[in-house]
Amino acid sequence: MESSAHKFKDLAFTARRDAHLQAALGKLGSGFSLKRKEAARRLPEFEGLRDQAKTIKDHVLENLDFYLERFEERVIEGGGELHWCGDADAAQKKILDICRKANAKTVTKSKSMIGEEIAINEFLEKNNIEPIETDLGEYIIQLRGETPSHIIAPAVHLNMGQVEDTFREKHTTLEPGRKLDEPQRLLEEARSQLRDKFLNADVGITGANMLIAETGSTVLVTNEGNADLTHTLPRIHIVIATLEKVVPTLEDATSILRVLARSATGQEMSVYTTFCTGPKKSKDEDGPDEYHVILLDNGRSELLGSEFQDMLRCIRCGACLNHCPVYQTIGGHAYGWVYSGPMGAVLIPALIGLDRAGDLPNASTLCGQCEAVCPMRIPLPGLLRAWRTKQFEGSEKNTLGKILLKVWVTFVKSPKLYRGAMNFILMILEIFGRKSGGFQWLPLAKGWTQSRDFPSPAGPTFVSQWKKGLLMSDQEELQKRQKK
Amino acid sequence: MSTDREAILRRLKTKLYRDENPITDAFSRLQAPPLNIIPKRGANDLKNKVKNFIEEAEMADATVTKIEGLASLPKVITHYLASQNLPTGIRVADSLVDVNWGSQPLLSVKKGRAKGTDLVGVSRAFAGVAETGTLIYLSGEENPSTLHLLPPTHIAVLMEKDILGNYENAWTNVRLKCEKNAEGATSLPRAVSWVTGPSRSGDIEQTLLLGVHGPQRLHIVVVGNG
Amino acid sequence: MSDIVKNKAPVVGLFVTCLVDTLRPEVGFASALLLQRAGCRVEVPLSQTCCGQPAYNAGARADTKAIAKNVITSFEGYDYLVAPSGSCAGMIKEHYPKIFKAEKKWKNRAEALAIKTFELTQFLSEEVSINASTPETRITATYHDACSGLRELKIKQQPRELLLKVSGISLKEGKEAERCCGFGGLFCVKYGDISTGMVDEKIADLEATGAETVLGGDLGCLLNIAGRLKRVGSSMEVRHIAEVLVGSLDVPAILKTRKIKK
Repeated sequence: MESSAHKFKDLAFTARRDAHLQAALGKLGSGFSLKRKEAARRLPEFEGLRDQAKTIKDHVLENLDFYLERFEERVIEGGGELHWCGDADAAQKKILDICRKANAKTVTKSKSMIGEEIAINEFLEKNNIEPIETDLGEYIIQLRGETPSHIIAPAVHLNMGQVEDTFREKHTTLEPGRKLDEPQRLLEEARSQLRDKFLNADVGITGANMLIAETGSTVLVTNEGNADLTHTLPRIHIVIATLEKVVPTLEDATSILRVLARSATGQEMSVYTTFCTGPKKSKDEDGPDEYHVILLDNGRSELLGSEFQDMLRCIRCGACLNHCPVYQTIGGHAYGWVYSGPMGAVLIPALIGLDRAGDLPNASTLCGQCEAVCPMRIPLPGLLRAWRTKQFEGSEKNTLGKILLKVWVTFVKSPKLYRGAMNFILMILEIFGRKSGGFQWLPLAKGWTQSRDFPSPAGPTFVSQWKKGLLMSDQEELQKRQKK
Repeated sequence: MSTDREAILRRLKTKLYRDENPITDAFSRLQAPPLNIIPKRGANDLKNKVKNFIEEAEMADATVTKIEGLASLPKVITHYLASQNLPTGIRVADSLVDVNWGSQPLLSVKKGRAKGTDLVGVSRAFAGVAETGTLIYLSGEENPSTLHLLPPTHIAVLMEKDILGNYENAWTNVRLKCEKNAEGATSLPRAVSWVTGPSRSGDIEQTLLLGVHGPQRLHIVVVGNG
Repeated sequence: MSDIVKNKAPVVGLFVTCLVDTLRPEVGFASALLLQRAGCRVEVPLSQTCCGQPAYNAGARADTKAIAKNVITSFEGYDYLVAPSGSCAGMIKEHYPKIFKAEKKWKNRAEALAIKTFELTQFLSEEVSINASTPETRITATYHDACSGLRELKIKQQPRELLLKVSGISLKEGKEAERCCGFGGLFCVKYGDISTGMVDEKIADLEATGAETVLGGDLGCLLNIAGRLKRVGSSMEVRHIAEVLVGSLDVPAILKTRKIKK
């Protein structure tokens, strides 16, 4: 997918003024995050399960080569094929290859963030194969030519009216008199359109929430059931997954599932969790004839053993987005590439390069709410700070911000110089601000003063005042000072 | 893609200093999967497990009926269909072969995998998990997956004795049932499906809608021994 | 605590924070007074400047270390370091030991300082005790939980209990008291527009409580909130909790007009 992460500030500015988007984002905080809180409260072991999930994934990462080779063996043993792909190009080619051999015309797809990463839809279209997204939200944005704005709620930025307009425009068989003014009616329209697509598709492409080394299974979690229809009905099932998705055993997958839905939507368990193992068995009446797993690296191996390794624990639940005050202010599209929110701000620079996504790690207050809810205990603020360090130390380029920081540091490191400079600045500010008590404009601080007043200081620094009269202060003296 | 395979594995092994860090506990983890933290919620006697299962399943928007013995299943299904104003044509799994469907002449019963036109699917669950009211289906000739996926109404038949406390109990039973390879690793059925409530989506304005692609109604019939 | 048991007043080094130092010295005096009332001897090392958080969060590791060394050297001689800010106390307590992880000697010194570093309300609740001594304060207030204090230092009940005990104030809680106000140090200048959106969410929640005063433990957040309230013409007042605990409500609230000085 093309990135516009370098336009973050502009995109965020526009997003803040998009009334539809703002209305949708307003519902996020009271929806997903309250439900998560309630689910966590209902399960006394929840915090322990988070620790466990983290430990499992850390163990996997320490033994990633071993578990992937085991997984491969088991896939092949079960009658499936496994294809290692280094990057998006290799994965696209392999998928096209499989589709062409099967003479495929249409492909149903169940929502996959890796699918977005490798832009598989565009690629298949270019090669005259029709990809059809089947997750309701993903289907809507596919019709609109948009990208997901949230990893588990891809159309969260849209309202009902926008969906209705899209269906009226794209569903040519839709009678103009048919009412589509309720969510239920919109759902029925989408369902009826997609029914035939499911039944007639040649290939089904799904992502995977996990891969299980013990059994060669791929785990798929949905609420709609679209992934199950996608892998059960067509002749061929292709799974696309990245390396870090592997877990050792069924029990390990189970432990992670216990925190996944609770963190994502606050459900006890998602509606459909399916463990797919191989093509259909000889006597099965349904299921695909072929089962392919595309095992994709696409930058993951570079993160292993680096300061960003913790990010490989991510299970894409979306909790960090749902709880992020920045995400709630600007939505997902402003981040400019496949992912968004805190996990996106850490992952995007890793996958497309820090130079192309330089704003993302900086556009955070490091408030820590994401880390507080992350089921895999990924230290997201620390990782954002690590990118800032790379930016600061890695580039010779002196931006204005960097120069100002260096000047400030010079003063801070020398207390006497600092005190003198501060008292001088305070004096100036006091003179200019005396009348109004505050500033509506200050040099170099437009970001602040465009929307906020800045107080006028009341005198020299605290330390200087203390030094003058109050080094060994008594209470009375202090109180006088207070009441001055 | 074998070149990609080698290149990726080489990168991983280099990053992991594999020469210095031999794999030890990973072997044993696969040989004998350890139990992780299991919520106490499901640990109960059978009576309370059944109670928990029903509560949790209803919380996930399923409906539940309890009967004693399979004999009354056709009658219960007929009543359910009538209560929902549904037609009496049902597609039934072979795993329910013991049921005397003829006892309800109004029911029109078909066997085999579900077709796009079927309105009601009936299949037998391998297990029910009290922890979250989850049904577990194993795909196979007797229980095609399409039965619980394609028709807009699904009726799950769950034997009371198959209600387990937690998912780990279910994995133990799955492992007992399945074939093993030479190294003792389990060969799972093509699809092991956990189903918790009817299909749903919140994709339109975060409004909860049931029955997106999977069934809109999930009715569970719990069958006691009586 | 042991010092108090032995009837010897513990010596507290007051880390006043750069924002209080320059923009609201009243909070420094109030903090000192509160600590004295709690039986401590207060000293203010003149060599203090800033905890280095702006440099740390900008990714300037070497500069952060240099600044941190100055703080460690200035404060390690005291029984305690107390700061009227969860953000700065969190920096010293949680992050200093991390930034020196490769330098053993400094790491040890950082850890030794971390153990005795406290945010003001945390210190007044957990390490010493302070008795009610202010006249009953008749304000309705709501409390904003600043992020670092809340999540790094687990400060939640301490300020609320102190307010009730010392000033007799019970709070009107905001539904989203724990939501970030959008300050974030340099963030609010670099991403001013996003920050504005965040502070607007915050003040909507604060105003919905019906309280007349916003209290908090971090001047950064308070300046941000007060700055926005003033700009949108709200009458809500904003104060640091230390000002209320000490009873100095005759000092104008942040960005409210000061009495004209002679």
